[in-house]
Amino acid sequence: MAGIRTVGVAGCGTMGAGIAIVAARAGFRTLVYDTRAAALEQARKQSEAFFAKSVERGKLKAEQVTAILSNLTSTTRIEDFKACDIVIEAVFEDLKVKHALFAKLNGICPPQTLFASNTSTISITEIAGGSGRDDRFVGMHFCLPAQLMKLVEMSPGLNTSEASFQAAWDFCKALGQTPVKTRDNPGFILNYFLIPFNNDAIRLVESGVAEPAEIDKAIKGAMGYAMGPFELLDLVGMDTQLLLCEAMHGLTHEPHAACPPLVKRMIAAGHLGKKSGRGFHVYKDSKMFGA
Amino acid sequence: MAYSVIDTGQSRSFPAAHALMQGATHALTQGVAAAGDVVVVIGADVARGLASIKDRERKTAIVLELGTECLGVHTGESRGSEGSNVLGFARFRLGAAEPTKLVELVKQPNTAPAALAAAKKVFEDAGLAVAVCNDFPGRIVDRLIRPYLNAALRRLDEGLASADDMDTTLKLGLGYPEGPIALLERTGLAAHFDVSQALYEALGDAAYAPARRARVAKERAKRA
Repeated sequence: MAGIRTVGVAGCGTMGAGIAIVAARAGFRTLVYDTRAAALEQARKQSEAFFAKSVERGKLKAEQVTAILSNLTSTTRIEDFKACDIVIEAVFEDLKVKHALFAKLNGICPPQTLFASNTSTISITEIAGGSGRDDRFVGMHFCLPAQLMKLVEMSPGLNTSEASFQAAWDFCKALGQTPVKTRDNPGFILNYFLIPFNNDAIRLVESGVAEPAEIDKAIKGAMGYAMGPFELLDLVGMDTQLLLCEAMHGLTHEPHAACPPLVKRMIAAGHLGKKSGRGFHVYKDSKMFGA
Repeated sequence: MAYSVIDTGQSRSFPAAHALMQGATHALTQGVAAAGDVVVVIGADVARGLASIKDRERKTAIVLELGTECLGVHTGESRGSEGSNVLGFARFRLGAAEPTKLVELVKQPNTAPAALAAAKKVFEDAGLAVAVCNDFPGRIVDRLIRPYLNAALRRLDEGLASADDMDTTLKLGLGYPEGPIALLERTGLAAHFDVSQALYEALGDAAYAPARRARVAKERAKRA
């Protein structure tokens, strides 16, 4: 991707930190912005640990990591994004927050800078509408954990120009990722299917069809899935599932996207999933994926 | 464990020779008294197979192959307290594909624990994986995947993404071995229509109403 050399990542939560790793690893100068200096520092340590592991596993050489880390810098000053050719937003899933961020960026970045959002549920067209440059705006939804998952769901908004979408698509490929094109639709492809599927599994438990362990066993045995729905839900966490359902159901009003009552009861009881030691299954440790 | 298999013909779960039949103490046809602690009745006419078993109550377990019907159709139901030594089962199979290793074993509220344990052991000893469920339409797998498959077909019609991009997304994003469109093409859209329609009639939930592409495939199959 000839035109893009410097990548800005706004927000250094789990997704933002992962996207920054992907961009720096692909050879792009990568600048991560967050208002929280402590979060930036934590992300930096996590990135270093991730790359150290990559060296241990023989996926990267030590000298490559040195070069990658020299590409990866962070800032608490949004004005530093003035040099970015593309900015990928990975902040809280709130339209007002995203509009405020992009409005600021629009005044800082040069006209040719592409804007992208990593939103998993909010309409790209709606976010773009508050950006001041809706023709140069695309959806780029990375999967968690971004540094390990190749898939990126890419959506044009209603006003996205073909040239902007193509430039973002080429950039995505240059990152070493696998883009798929999806219409600007709540949940795009992945969450559109996954959220109702997981809710339906929970409703089978609510209605007494079977126990979670039996449902996991059935789905893995019949469909060859690596994880059953309850193993996956325990990793996602009930609190996150609730947020996803609220976002999806709020936009689509599809009955199967509505959060099952059991999820709220489990949150109240502290049964959040693997991170709390108990969800639909009971865990002896609460280590996160890849730790 | 000694068990018999009564084959009433045209079994969807066991269309070909399998360790379950080979390991049986007696492989019987209908109308012959079954021997052993457990009797497995397979085929399309399990009602007749069940009727042919003498001293039913003395068996540890009698296990009937189910289609889309509930076990209660064969055993009767009574105020939520039904249950005996008779269970149901189906080996999961998608349309024209080979049956999987998964057996859904169906119990009722008061199924005898010894009957459940014995039936489970017979299937597991034959190399099958067993998931236990209660007596509901679609059991576990059909109940969960048919809305997903219908949604994929509907979204394909609506232009959410291309068939390939939808399949790629589900494979790369969730680690599924096959995307929904490729899976339906491989196993048959008309077969999906049959199961989905039965569940729609049983549950009344629009998510089970067969998608347009499944209806078209069924119509074409009828005309062929």
